[in-house]
Amino acid sequence: MLEIVEGSHAVAEAVKLCRPQVVSAYPITPQTHIVEALADMVANCQLDADYITVENELSALSACIGASAAGSRVYSATTSQGLALMFEVCFNAAGMRLPIVMTIANRALGAPLSIWNDQQDSISLRDSGWLQFYAEDNQEATDLHFIAYKVCEDHSVLLPAMVCFDGFILSHVYEPVDMLSQEDVDRYLPPFNPYQRLDAADPISFGMYATPDYYHEFRYEIDNAAKRAKEVIQKAGKEFGTMFGRDYSALVEGYRLDDAETAIVAMGSICGTIKDAIDEMRAEGRKVGLLKIRVFRPFPSEEIAQALSNVKRVAVLDKDISLGAKGAVAIEVRDALYGSVTPVKGYVLGLGGRDVRKKDIKEIVSLVEKGVGDQFFGLRRELL
Amino acid sequence: MALAIGCRAKPGKSRDNKTGSWRVFKPVFDKEKCTKCGLCMTLCPEGCIHETDEEFVEPDYTYCKGCGICAEECPGEGIAMLQEEK
Repeated sequence: MLEIVEGSHAVAEAVKLCRPQVVSAYPITPQTHIVEALADMVANCQLDADYITVENELSALSACIGASAAGSRVYSATTSQGLALMFEVCFNAAGMRLPIVMTIANRALGAPLSIWNDQQDSISLRDSGWLQFYAEDNQEATDLHFIAYKVCEDHSVLLPAMVCFDGFILSHVYEPVDMLSQEDVDRYLPPFNPYQRLDAADPISFGMYATPDYYHEFRYEIDNAAKRAKEVIQKAGKEFGTMFGRDYSALVEGYRLDDAETAIVAMGSICGTIKDAIDEMRAEGRKVGLLKIRVFRPFPSEEIAQALSNVKRVAVLDKDISLGAKGAVAIEVRDALYGSVTPVKGYVLGLGGRDVRKKDIKEIVSLVEKGVGDQFFGLRRELL
Repeated sequence: MALAIGCRAKPGKSRDNKTGSWRVFKPVFDKEKCTKCGLCMTLCPEGCIHETDEEFVEPDYTYCKGCGICAEECPGEGIAMLQEEK
């Protein structure tokens, strides 16, 4: 049913429909509305879950690890400094192979303190073993939660996942979202079937230590699981499409890309702005298309190389920066295109909530056509 | 043998892990100086010092990491740390 709803509340509703048994989170702007709504649902007996209140995010995700190991479907949400505080626990959750789903309302990292949007927080955890989904709008953010649980809990994957959506730009925006019914979700997402669980009658420890004789192979196995997730995502996304009409089988999605000479590659809510800018540029006869990356981990290298095989140039937009290097997406897209002669230019933009407008997208297209790139875009020179 | 997913293990793994191989210095107990006070048994972080049938104490070299706490704490200075020859 189509509802006009705030992004955070749409996500909370989707999480409720997934029937998590344990929720543990700590409020932090701009994620607060999600866990606030879930706490309300638990208090009002609309959601039959244990809501574990904790003193900080490190404890929140630690509680999730315990609950997931005990065999519960588990949920958390955070952003920015909260995610940074979870750093250690994130690696442990992946290493213990626990299918926790966590929403990230993407926000910049301090210092300087900023509560506004960019994607530095989740990008900084790209090496943690968590699957990462990036949503363009609130419909996608909502639907990706059902898919995330289905993929993570698959016994050939068993990895946690972050569903990332841009803080404020999506989390605080009211827009129409087609919300599934409980019956729909129950048909799509079966109850959690843990691969193994903590059981006092048959004790087991998770994430034991591994000497140099074993550690290397454990990391290899986690990497393999992340790579296997590709196929599982495609299958789960297709099944979602068959059942509900919105197909998420593609890890990357092209927009007016078929005859494009210039391709823009981006993730998240900026893709909506880019699509509008492309429509205007197309009307002027400029052959521009978009390749949206929906799944950043596992990284869809082959799919990206395939989708960009016919374009003349590529502009990659990053709302993050690997300081001292380049934007993370640009680095990886260039790696995916290694061996191709297509020039790939990176543009770091929109950090800490700086708006990105259609005219900015058009300017970037002009820059990449001139071969100018690998730069911070939109700097206020008068401040420097 | 395939790795256990998520490095999960049944209890008792610390028995399987023979930490004696870590040792660089080996505690050697002097029977003449030992007063059987039991401090070394109490303070051994590995819990691997035990009484023998002759009411003497000795470490289990399978697990003793050679930390030297027993030698440091022995009131009679009856434990010497000797370098392992490997």
